Amino acid sequence: MNRVEIYRGWCKQCGICIAFCPHQVLEADDSGYPVVRNPEKCTGCLLCEMRCPDFAIVVNKDEESREETGSPAGK
Amino acid sequence: MKKAVRKQVLLQGNEACVEGALMAGCRFYAGYPITPATEIMEIMARKMPGASGVFIQMEDEIASLGAVIGASLAGSKSMTATSGPGFSLMQEHIGYASMAEVPCVIVDVMRAGPSTGLPTQPSQSDVMQSRWGTHGDHPIIVLAPSSVYEFFELTVQAFNLSERYRTPVILLVDELVAHMREGVILPTRDSLEIEDRPHPTVPPEWYIPYADPGTGVPAMPAFGEGYRYHVTGLYHDVRGYPTVRTDEVEPLIHRLFNKISKDYDRLQWFDAFATEDAKITIIAYGCVARAALRAVQQAREKGLKVGLINLKILWPFMRRTISGILENSAKVLVPELNIGQISREVKRINQSRCEVLTLNKVDGTPIKPAEILRTLEEVYS
Amino acid sequence: MREAEHLVHKYLRSSKRFPHIWCSGCGIGIFMQALVRVIDQSEYSKDDIVLISGIGCSGRLPVYVDFNTLHTTHGRALTFATGIKLANPRLKVITVMGDGDAVAIGGNHFIHAARRNVEIASFILNNNVYGMTGGQSSPTTPHGAITASAPYGNIEPDFDICRLAEAAGAVLVARSTVYHTRLLERLIGMALKKKGFSVLEVVSQCTTYTGRFLQLNSPVEMLKWQKDNAITVEKAKQLSDTELEGKIVIGVLVNRERPNYHEQYQSLLGKKSKV
Ligand SMILES: Cc1ncc(C[n+]2csc(CCOP(=O)(O)OP(=O)(O)O)c2C)c(N)n1
Ligand code: SF4
Ligand code: SF4
Ligand code: SF4
Repeated sequence: MNRVEIYRGWCKQCGICIAFCPHQVLEADDSGYPVVRNPEKCTGCLLCEMRCPDFAIVVNKDEESREETGSPAGK
Repeated sequence: MKKAVRKQVLLQGNEACVEGALMAGCRFYAGYPITPATEIMEIMARKMPGASGVFIQMEDEIASLGAVIGASLAGSKSMTATSGPGFSLMQEHIGYASMAEVPCVIVDVMRAGPSTGLPTQPSQSDVMQSRWGTHGDHPIIVLAPSSVYEFFELTVQAFNLSERYRTPVILLVDELVAHMREGVILPTRDSLEIEDRPHPTVPPEWYIPYADPGTGVPAMPAFGEGYRYHVTGLYHDVRGYPTVRTDEVEPLIHRLFNKISKDYDRLQWFDAFATEDAKITIIAYGCVARAALRAVQQAREKGLKVGLINLKILWPFMRRTISGILENSAKVLVPELNIGQISREVKRINQSRCEVLTLNKVDGTPIKPAEILRTLEEVYS
Repeated sequence: MREAEHLVHKYLRSSKRFPHIWCSGCGIGIFMQALVRVIDQSEYSKDDIVLISGIGCSGRLPVYVDFNTLHTTHGRALTFATGIKLANPRLKVITVMGDGDAVAIGGNHFIHAARRNVEIASFILNNNVYGMTGGQSSPTTPHGAITASAPYGNIEPDFDICRLAEAAGAVLVARSTVYHTRLLERLIGMALKKKGFSVLEVVSQCTTYTGRFLQLNSPVEMLKWQKDNAITVEKAKQLSDTELEGKIVIGVLVNRERPNYHEQYQSLLGKKSKV
């Protein structure tokens, strides 16, 4: 399973990662920080990570799902 | 074996400037045409490709100095040349070069201003602008040649000083010196002492870009050499990162001044003529110093005890040298092609030691020896 | 592998304090990550890259990344870039500018850098406003918008940065939004590879000021606006000018070849004048 990690120290609670996750994996907590609510739904598309203006979210991809998706920049 | 004799060549001031620049190692020129400095640009356009250097005509003078600073950061000794209106436009980047400590040389062949002014006549009216034209406290070095050979020589020195202190250096030249032709014997490249900016002596991991190594002048690698660092016009810490910390801001501005002021004694460049017993000493620079020399010779023939100090460095002002003159003369005469710019500085440090007289001409024509002689005779008593 | 973490460690300056200075949700950070990601996948080493900015919020970008970085004066990034590229053509020269930076105060430099075709990859972060100075109008602020300097509504028309770049001679002209991150990365990659002057307009959100005049109240709404109004170059071709009103055309707008300044200058090297 993909693991999504949030660095609270750098996160500015903009909500972008939550709003644009295609599979509603993330949710805001009471202070607006993203928390992982539905980890099993994460496809590892990396969109949350790529759109985070603060380098505050990291998707640790499960090796199997790594091939089909991900950044078009390379690999 | 016959020794090679260096031939005398007839050069225009602006040509001599280019020769000096190339010999000093200048390999990047960016500029914008303007009278009476244009020849420097045109000769650079012809010569740079042959010297494996870069010439580029930019869209204006702000861009010219921007490109010059960029090239210097990439490791090239670089310069530009202009006149009053262009010099005004360059002020923003003179401040940048001063703050970011990027060596570069700027030639200002002066015209009378303000504004478009008198494009083709001699003037010395940018003395104060060269000192304080860009905003904020900043150090600056300004040199003023009074002959074709000196234009060559001081151009070489301008590069040396800018490299040594990592600071912009300005050559303030009047139209007469820029356009006159004189026979000169140029030295060989090997006989000249050429200075280069201090290079880091530590590996990149240890390099701290704006740390003071003791000399006040931090080591400067070229972009691309492996020393990745940040350059900004903002106040910065020793790593080059922007800061507003009082304990970082103040030391920076003091270091910028001190790196040059610690060497004031080395920066007293002048020619003295018949000053030992002079009752009146003329303080002059540029083309006016030439007229003054003639006037002093004629006055001496008439038995007047007068002398001349020809200033090669205008800024930092040679306080020590001038103080000596003020101490030992009864009167000092400061002839200038402006409304009174260096005389103002002379008066400032005079502190009533002697009488400071001025002779200012602002009608677009040079000061003639006879005019200076007449004044000397009038005030000699 | 941990993607962003790897980028963070490899490219962000560890000696620099984070989080960065930009406001919550500001698009500049999204662009910064895309740039770093593309460079990570490219052949360039960190030593090869010179990243140059002007002044503005976008001007603060270079300080965070571990390249040769240069924060110049307002509007003049391209002049420094020109000097650097010509003095050492082996360097990969990249500029990052704001909209006011690039086409107001720096407009003339922009036009002439494009005309000369010096090899510079230039990225313009267009947030339609002067962010750093507090939300005044820029040359890309829409007509009618209320800004800090147009309290009764902007009476000036805005202009199209890409059309300006095309007319001036840029060899690659493209546009993306920060919402379209994958496209953004692809276009950044193309711009870096182009052997001439390339322009990528990056439509970005100033969450603090632009939102106000577009009546968009959060970073999320602003990204939705980018998503909803963007239209690809291919689709745009089938629409009339009135249908395109208010749309953001994204993709490659111009891709052509022209000898660049440096190649032409090379042919002069060694020339000696007889004069
Ligand atoms: C010569 C000069 N004029 C004005 C300023 C003040 N100033 C700083 S940033 C800026 C505008 C920034 O807007 P933009 O270029 O669109 O970049 P943004 O902040 O939106 O990223 C201005 C006017 C300056 N620094 N220098
Ligand atoms: S990687 Fe994709 S699916 Fe997973 S949380 Fe991020 S945006 Fe959602
Ligand atoms: S996008 Fe980044 S900064 Fe914004 S809420 Fe998510 S993790 Fe935080
Ligand atoms: S003011 Fe606007 S452009 Fe500047 S950092 Fe904030 S959101 Fe970004």
